[in-house]
Amino acid sequence: MELIWDGIREAARLWWAGDAQIIEITLRTLAISSAATALALVVGIPLGAVLALRRFWGRGLLVASVNTGMGMPPVVIGLLVALVLWRSGPLGGLDQIYTPTAMVIAQLLLSLPMVVGFSLASIQSINPRLIGQMWAMGANRWQVLWLLIRETRLGLLAAVMAGFGAAISEVGASLQVGGNLAGETRVLTTAMVLETGRGNFEVAIALGVVLVVLAFAVNIILTAVQQRRFIT
Amino acid sequence: MRGGPVRLGSLLLAVSAFAALLALAGLAGLLTSCASGINEDELILATTTSLNDSGLLDDLAPIFESETGVSVKIISVGTGAALRMGAEGDADVLLTHAPEAERALVENGDVSSRTLVAYNDFVIVGPPDDPAGVAGMRDVSAALRQIAAHGASGAEDAAAFASRGDDSGTHKKEIALWTEAGLAPSFDTDDWYEEVGQGMSATLTVANQRGAYTLTDRGTYLALSADIADLVPLVEGDARLLNFYSVMEVDGGKGRINSEAAAAFREFLLRSDIQAMIGDYLRAEYGRSLFIPAGGETESAVAERARAE
Repeated sequence: MELIWDGIREAARLWWAGDAQIIEITLRTLAISSAATALALVVGIPLGAVLALRRFWGRGLLVASVNTGMGMPPVVIGLLVALVLWRSGPLGGLDQIYTPTAMVIAQLLLSLPMVVGFSLASIQSINPRLIGQMWAMGANRWQVLWLLIRETRLGLLAAVMAGFGAAISEVGASLQVGGNLAGETRVLTTAMVLETGRGNFEVAIALGVVLVVLAFAVNIILTAVQQRRFIT
Repeated sequence: MRGGPVRLGSLLLAVSAFAALLALAGLAGLLTSCASGINEDELILATTTSLNDSGLLDDLAPIFESETGVSVKIISVGTGAALRMGAEGDADVLLTHAPEAERALVENGDVSSRTLVAYNDFVIVGPPDDPAGVAGMRDVSAALRQIAAHGASGAEDAAAFASRGDDSGTHKKEIALWTEAGLAPSFDTDDWYEEVGQGMSATLTVANQRGAYTLTDRGTYLALSADIADLVPLVEGDARLLNFYSVMEVDGGKGRINSEAAAAFREFLLRSDIQAMIGDYLRAEYGRSLFIPAGGETESAVAERARAE
């Protein structure tokens, strides 16, 4: 119990002192996970919309894969990305293993199913007659897409939160493809693993506190946006 | 009145296709920007978690980097994974502590050199009340047999033995020691034998919580000793408990290996000022060297010296 308090005190002290390393690690964590989430949104929302609105052969299989992906263990993704990016792997020539790029790819793959799954569910829940009406009123395609996004913003923001949560909280994949290199690919979760291994439990707890506060802050902002009433 | 649901669907399809194209273009850009030649500014060092957890490499790597301009990527994995990375050509240089497995790499031609850098020792730690009564024993085989016999005896105070069980250097060492003791315990058949399947500090934490015996490298034990007060060193000093750390250059024929930097890193570790730094590392804090420098020596010479002490 005492260790936990020590950890919380250590977190406050590190932040108060403006500890350069913890700030740097925090900013990197935010940058990598945001980039992964942003990419997941760009690819995932349209994909979710296609799965929600179109009927085609193999759709059921795709939806099932998305649902499986939502529970995909990060170590599986990490190993797959590592096998591809290692020097001996098919894309080894890119020299991207143990870089932030590799971590973005792994986290993208982890958060993509979340984004696709959540947007699929929310877009599918829209009354199809609404879309029909929009067409009837002479809206163009972009206007209909915009309406779809407006109408499903609750669900889509849930997709953002779930995607970001999946990216920022995972450790297995980041460790494997990032290598936890100090000053390059060390993020909050991988630093926690390292400090736990070194027996610096206070520092590990401090990093955990930062991680939770960070995730909480991001979700507060997103929830505020989500719950805001739009005037139509 | 143009469009309809189908048109919307094809729009979405177009958007996702566009996004996929963007991702592909990004990849292609990466492909062309990084020619598949050797990246001479970068050295991938695969090493063991126990060594990396000590923090020594965090002190040494920056010196090497500032001298050579080559950035060192320290990848801390189990010894099994580090050696595999060497065999696959996924690392340039290896720093591990599993002599038998390392010699196999040399024989296979996976590594072009293998040189002793430093050593320390393994210790059998366990609960202070030492139910198996092994405290102070010098013969590690006898001590292990006693731990096994007491564990299997079903006595009320029978203590477990916590094994790393992760194919690490320490795990390999433990198995070799059991074999020498004429035993082959397994978590399947022996209730007193547990496989943790994690790193050294996690295994020590488990052993500490459960009052179990375990084999640990001294460095990790010392670093963690404040948090594992229920574990004390019981068996130490047997020459078979020596823990040898060797540096290996991955064979340049594996393609895209930064052989030049790997050779420079080997030279660097053996240099007298760096050897002295290795010996002094955390000595003030623990009252003894975590790593005893032995650059370029043979294992048998070190063992001979240890036996004489």
